[in-house]
Amino acid sequence: MARAATTTDAFNAVAEPRRRQILDLLAQGERPVNDLVALLGLAQPQVSKHLRVLREVDLVRVRDEGRHRLYRLNAEPLRPLHAWLSRYEQMWNDRFDLMDEVLADLSEEDSDDDD
Amino acid sequence: MTTTSGTAKVTLPADNQIFITREFAAPRANVWRAYTEPELIKRWWAGRKGTVTSVDVDLRIGGRWRYVMTANGGFEVAFHGEFRMIDAPSLLINTEAFEGVPDPEATAGLVTVTLTERDGRTYMESLCEYPDKAVRDAVIDSGMESGMQESYDILEEVAAAL
Repeated sequence: MARAATTTDAFNAVAEPRRRQILDLLAQGERPVNDLVALLGLAQPQVSKHLRVLREVDLVRVRDEGRHRLYRLNAEPLRPLHAWLSRYEQMWNDRFDLMDEVLADLSEEDSDDDD
Repeated sequence: MTTTSGTAKVTLPADNQIFITREFAAPRANVWRAYTEPELIKRWWAGRKGTVTSVDVDLRIGGRWRYVMTANGGFEVAFHGEFRMIDAPSLLINTEAFEGVPDPEATAGLVTVTLTERDGRTYMESLCEYPDKAVRDAVIDSGMESGMQESYDILEEVAAAL
């Protein structure tokens, strides 16, 4: 994968743990920035900076409601990341599913020993 | 059929890391055995990508390990490394080098596996740290070699066996 600037690439934008936290929180529903500040325990300028990066890669969208600006998750740009990772995940699923069979045999041995 | 099938989770906590988690319906002592004993490793390490042909494990600090498989395409895939920390049956830290690149040691990862037992079930966490993002991404890319079709075939197989 080629490297790209954080602000142009959703992959890089989510490499930052705080930004992933923000996405997790927004996955639960729309929130104003004050909510995020309280839940993350960060200063508002920091949260705003992260939100700006996330908006630039279209992972977060915003709308005004009365005096509030509400932020929400737009997961679509994560789809390629998910596809990329899911094949690697599949490899581990295949391995661990086979390990389940090994473990089942070991459990059987254990109970044979108890007899 | 086990309920843990297909429940491995992969996340990327940092630029150079891969984090894999999985729960097993088995006591920790047995998961440790399956993870460290050559005859048992042979049964799972290749996944559905091939057949394990050789497993050497010298399970002591500074000891070496090497796994070799023949992939379904007929080519050989080998990894090796060294054990850095061993606290059976809960913690294993080792290096992991892929022999298919020009300088395996320079791109080697450090893998920390922790096993936690709860109510007779075991929770595994595996944190893989690589020298940089490029190496980490190459490792994830390697998971794609077999392609999607194979994955779908396996899914069908598993579904048929339920």
